[in-house]
Amino acid sequence: MRSVMSNARELMLWGLDWVDSRFPLTKMWKEQASEYYAPKNFNFWYFFGSLALVVLVNQLLTGIWLTMNYKPSAQDAFASVEYIMRDVDWGWLIRYMHSTGASMFFVVVYLHMFRGLLYGSYRKPRELVWIFGVLIFLVLMGEAFMGYLLPWGQMSYWGAQVIISLFGAVPVVGEALSQLIRGDFVVSDATLNRFFALHVIAMPLVLLGLVMAHLMALHEVGSNNPDGIEIHDNEDENGIPLDGIAMHPYYTIKDIFGVVIFLAVAAVIIFFAPEFGGYFLEHANFQPADSLQTPVHIAPVWYFTPFYAILRAIPDKLGGVIGMGGAVMILALLPWLDRSNVRSIRYKGPVYKIALTLFVISFLGLGYLGMNPPSPTYTLIARVLSVIYFLFFLAMPIYSRLDSTKPVPDRLT
Amino acid sequence: MSNDGGVDTSRRRFLTVATAAVGGVGAVFGAYPFLAAMQPSARAEAAGAPVEVDISKLEPGARLTVEWRGKPVWVVRRTPEMLSKLTGLGSELRDPNSDQDQQPSYAKNAHRSIKPEFLVLVGICTHLGCSPTYRPEPGASDLGSNWPGGFFCPCHGSRFDMAGRVFAGVPAPLNMAVPPYRFVGDTRVVIGDDKGAA
Repeated sequence: MRSVMSNARELMLWGLDWVDSRFPLTKMWKEQASEYYAPKNFNFWYFFGSLALVVLVNQLLTGIWLTMNYKPSAQDAFASVEYIMRDVDWGWLIRYMHSTGASMFFVVVYLHMFRGLLYGSYRKPRELVWIFGVLIFLVLMGEAFMGYLLPWGQMSYWGAQVIISLFGAVPVVGEALSQLIRGDFVVSDATLNRFFALHVIAMPLVLLGLVMAHLMALHEVGSNNPDGIEIHDNEDENGIPLDGIAMHPYYTIKDIFGVVIFLAVAAVIIFFAPEFGGYFLEHANFQPADSLQTPVHIAPVWYFTPFYAILRAIPDKLGGVIGMGGAVMILALLPWLDRSNVRSIRYKGPVYKIALTLFVISFLGLGYLGMNPPSPTYTLIARVLSVIYFLFFLAMPIYSRLDSTKPVPDRLT
Repeated sequence: MSNDGGVDTSRRRFLTVATAAVGGVGAVFGAYPFLAAMQPSARAEAAGAPVEVDISKLEPGARLTVEWRGKPVWVVRRTPEMLSKLTGLGSELRDPNSDQDQQPSYAKNAHRSIKPEFLVLVGICTHLGCSPTYRPEPGASDLGSNWPGGFFCPCHGSRFDMAGRVFAGVPAPLNMAVPPYRFVGDTRVVIGDDKGAA
């Protein structure tokens, strides 16, 4: 028995050796995992990067299975989704995993981005990590928007109508541009068919490329941490940071713990509240698309509502579109707007803490307003919150410099 | 070519730039079919024949919706009260005289229609393409006591009067569009074809 075991082990080592002399497998594993040193003080907020990867895999897998039965035509799309839900064995589960996954993707990504705001993860030398992240967020929004058209329900149709019309606000070429996106003069079969192509092929490819770039840039500069100091400033004689621990096994174990909790929460939603009271799958979307009648109350899915509220708050078509786009794009400038001499909120002063609190309130408030029908009072509140949202960024070069800061420790705390 | 084995860098640079330029032109030509393929197809261009509507059963104050080129088109039979409310809104509207090109010339008048009684409109908000709701009741509780009756867009709160003219201070920039149309006799309207009357 012993000899069988040792023979098997020898065979595996021989196989690994054979691969290693042809492909840098062991080298890559060491560089990226077993000898990639991350700060030892990662906390709760550091779960969300790996969770985003888990959701990405979920979306790819369930997405491929959905395409096996989905039909991307205005004639058949709505019925084919119902077919998946009722007649395909376990189709309901795969569909709900995909639709819940979309919302969970944004939950995880928003928390992941908030972590960056807390600990200054976007600061030099991590500007490109952050910018790739903003691009991922942008592509994710496109991916989610196009995916939402595919069930061809009322909300799919009118949501797409509104968002594509946004491009019409661009001076001179606007109308031609939105026609190019629709492939027709109204949202139609042609639009659905091309959104399907973009949703299942083009956008996922771009997304995967950007995720690779995000991770490569991260592993090039190393992870930030809740103290916002560089662990590579203190290394032992072998060049291993004193406050670093290997990603594998330490953080793979930690992340698996996070994944288990996350999957438990996701399972509860998928099994007991997949529509999540109309927030994940809107009620109006259980009616087939009708090009002659807009639902009385139309709102995007929850993850778009903060930006949607900004769009609505500005009483000018082009201005609204610029405001909405600017609210996303301004994130990319963050590495240069923050002039504080410390990275982490732990050592920042009261001004940043107040600013960040106001920002979170404005983001959540706009999200709430974006879900509700417009009224004069709501519009006024949305305008105030939009101003706060933008001031957080635009005034940052001033208040981050004026703010008092605490001394930063040499080593992780 | 020099025989001393040296590299003629200026010639090399010229060849590099020339190759890149020719390649760039090729890339532009190569990209064109991909962009053009995203334009509305010949079939989409051909769709959109005129629609004929029977309006003989339309009650005063009622609205009829028909589909033309995939869009909702409304025919509203306005009452004298509705028409009387159209005057005097001037300062509240963005474009009270319909100066913007949102209607055929025969609808560029106070009531934005051929016959004052019948309003024909493309039922699409000029903001972001939602279809506004028909709210003819003046002073509706959710729209304010000075609401004269008209169309309200539930998406972003744009307001239009009973001639589809946009109010100031709402997101929509333009009056709602009047499609080309003509009457056939007294009871039928052809939408999408005016025999070149505009």
